[in-house]
Amino acid sequence: MKTFRIGGVHPAENKLSADQPIKVAELPRVAVFPLSQHIGAPAKPIVKKGDKVKVGQMIAEAGGFVSANIFSSVSGTVLKLDTCIDASGYDKPAIHITVEGDEWMPEIDRSKDIVRLEARPDLTGRDIVEKIKGAGIVGLGGATFPCHVKLCPPPGSKPECVIINAVECEPYLTADHRLMLEHADEIIVGTLLLMKAAGVSQGYIAIESNKPDAIQLMQLKAMTVYGIEVVPLKVRYPQGGEKQLIDAVIGRQVPAPPALPVSVGAIIQNVGTAFAVYEAVMKNKPLFERVVTVTGKSLGNCQNFLVRLGTPMSQLIDACGGLPEDTGKVIGGGPMMGKALPTTEVPVCKGSSGVLIMRDEESHRKPASTCIRCAKCVSACPMGLEPYLLSACAETQNWEKMEKEMVTSCIECGCCQFTCPANRPLLDLVRLGKSTVMGIIKSRNTK
Amino acid sequence: MNKLTVSLSPHVHSGDSVSKNMYGVIIALVPAMLCSFWFFGIGAITVTALSVASCVFFEWFIGKYMLRNPQPTVTDGSAILTGILLAFNLPSNIPLWMVVAGSLFAIGVVKMTFGGLGCNLFNPALAGRAFMLISFPVQMTTWPTSGQPFLTLDAATGATPLSVMKAAVKAGDPSLLNDMPSLPDMLLGMTGGCLGEVCAVALIIGLIYMLAKRIITWHIPVSIIVTVLVFSGALHLANGMYADPMSQLLSGGLLLGAIFMATDYVTSPMTKKGQIIYGVCIGVLTIVIRTWGAYPEGMSFAILIMNAFTPLINNYCKPKRFGEEVKK
Repeated sequence: MKTFRIGGVHPAENKLSADQPIKVAELPRVAVFPLSQHIGAPAKPIVKKGDKVKVGQMIAEAGGFVSANIFSSVSGTVLKLDTCIDASGYDKPAIHITVEGDEWMPEIDRSKDIVRLEARPDLTGRDIVEKIKGAGIVGLGGATFPCHVKLCPPPGSKPECVIINAVECEPYLTADHRLMLEHADEIIVGTLLLMKAAGVSQGYIAIESNKPDAIQLMQLKAMTVYGIEVVPLKVRYPQGGEKQLIDAVIGRQVPAPPALPVSVGAIIQNVGTAFAVYEAVMKNKPLFERVVTVTGKSLGNCQNFLVRLGTPMSQLIDACGGLPEDTGKVIGGGPMMGKALPTTEVPVCKGSSGVLIMRDEESHRKPASTCIRCAKCVSACPMGLEPYLLSACAETQNWEKMEKEMVTSCIECGCCQFTCPANRPLLDLVRLGKSTVMGIIKSRNTK
Repeated sequence: MNKLTVSLSPHVHSGDSVSKNMYGVIIALVPAMLCSFWFFGIGAITVTALSVASCVFFEWFIGKYMLRNPQPTVTDGSAILTGILLAFNLPSNIPLWMVVAGSLFAIGVVKMTFGGLGCNLFNPALAGRAFMLISFPVQMTTWPTSGQPFLTLDAATGATPLSVMKAAVKAGDPSLLNDMPSLPDMLLGMTGGCLGEVCAVALIIGLIYMLAKRIITWHIPVSIIVTVLVFSGALHLANGMYADPMSQLLSGGLLLGAIFMATDYVTSPMTKKGQIIYGVCIGVLTIVIRTWGAYPEGMSFAILIMNAFTPLINNYCKPKRFGEEVKK
């Protein structure tokens, strides 16, 4: 079975919620929309205090090309334009809306019928990209890169295939898995739309082999259309990383930054993004809800929810039996790359794939000891870097050497720190070095 | 609500630890240790116990009273490991005070002077052995023969396969090699030599265990063994006075060195490419010293020499970076 060629680890999978069907989460009382829930410029609010809004109404517009529109997920009154603590832990500008009833914009098609691509022969690739851009769709795997930007590659590059990332290599998370089992038809149409938008005839849906039911179902559905191949992959983290996934599926390696995946002909989109694209293009429904896994070993019952964006995470945790007494850490996302949240009042955003509850005893790192030079971090690094060396350079602030040792290639997957027998904070130090070096490069280029 | 811990990802850990690796190597050494007790009797037990005890004591004492480490390092198992490996490199009839002196040099000078585990340039056990070989050449090179009664303290000593080989090369007379013990005897350890090095089977069991537990990778031991076989095989074909490759492989400390000494985390290179270069150089140097050097055994010096080159190898051998290859 295929997988990527360099490094990687296999953490305990712990897919506790894999058998739980997606449940519709209750509406919040107040929904909160941070203006920066994507990579790029923050969105600009277009509503003011006291305005009445409906479900699916735009409340903030993209602040540039690399940015995304934001839509209200609820109907009600704009309470205030204020701030809220988001998943980054910082207080960020946000729109607060008091929920009143559930009145949707009339143009949204709320029926469950599948609209096939053949039903819309008039659609051109450009129409699809415009629709995706208008609907505020970003990468739903967690990176939240605006979807339309990837579909408009820089001149000179030629996309050859679209790869749908349904790997879900993060332990615990099952949102993509459940989405495939319950919305396979929509995902197939969404993939075809993305292929058309990118102007390619080959699509791949990459799924790790720990989801055999999803592989089987998607294979069955893919047989009914042209150009989509389902690729089962060996379970290995970080296979969901864009570069690792391209290597695993088509055996090509994207060169070091600033090269983009499209330089080897691939456009990667998350499976949740494909679903959102289907809804936006075929159902006129902008991005305002998503599937979120709420999980953890100590949690009463782990669930997958269809959640309106802006719902506080505490509400989802309460729906799973409440925050356990011995909780030490709440993570937005998975355990390998997710962010530890300072409070459970953080709203669900476009990039929130999961909420993971960890017991107090699991949430502390063991004390670090000196490096014994076992080279396990070097073997684990999927980018072929030497984390032991980079972290030592960061400690001595040797930024020049870090740049030479290609710190900017680091994808911050955490394999090095996961595997380190001496419990060294390798990734913390590498991150520090990476951001410093990127700053140095930027200031050098602007001179 | 209780306070939430906020830290950077990753939030989970493999559960691997320094002491797990150290005790893993110690477990891998158990078969060879039991064999040495069987072959060399009470002398082997005394030397091993004393070596371990003094290494642990020096590590504890220096860490506590001289380095004043806030975290005690004595429990991580590395000092026990050094003690066992040092004992494995000694004859079982060596005067006991020399064992203590060797342990002091290994732990005190080679390891703790540089800052303790992870900072030393040379393999402590091997450097300890080299120190003893130079300081006490007679006691370090009279080996009791294997398989005498268990409680013998005043054991009979005899020639080792390596001294036979050396004599053959010196005299230029291939017939001297007829005094070599048979290969099955060497495989099982029925020859003279240092404590831990005689039983090849036990050492190979240790290698398989460490590979299965992913404590080490195959690169260093296999590259050493293959190089020794190829190089000594070529010499043997050129002139019969050079011992055959299997005898070279099974004699002296070659397997002990290739499996347990050269693979020491701290003093071996970090990348696979570097590890193979390191292994090949050790193999070549070992045979060169054995054949043309002043000492019958070259393994420990070969490893120590390559330890000195490890930083250089690390500087030049980089792993294959992602995307380095041009697209297929």
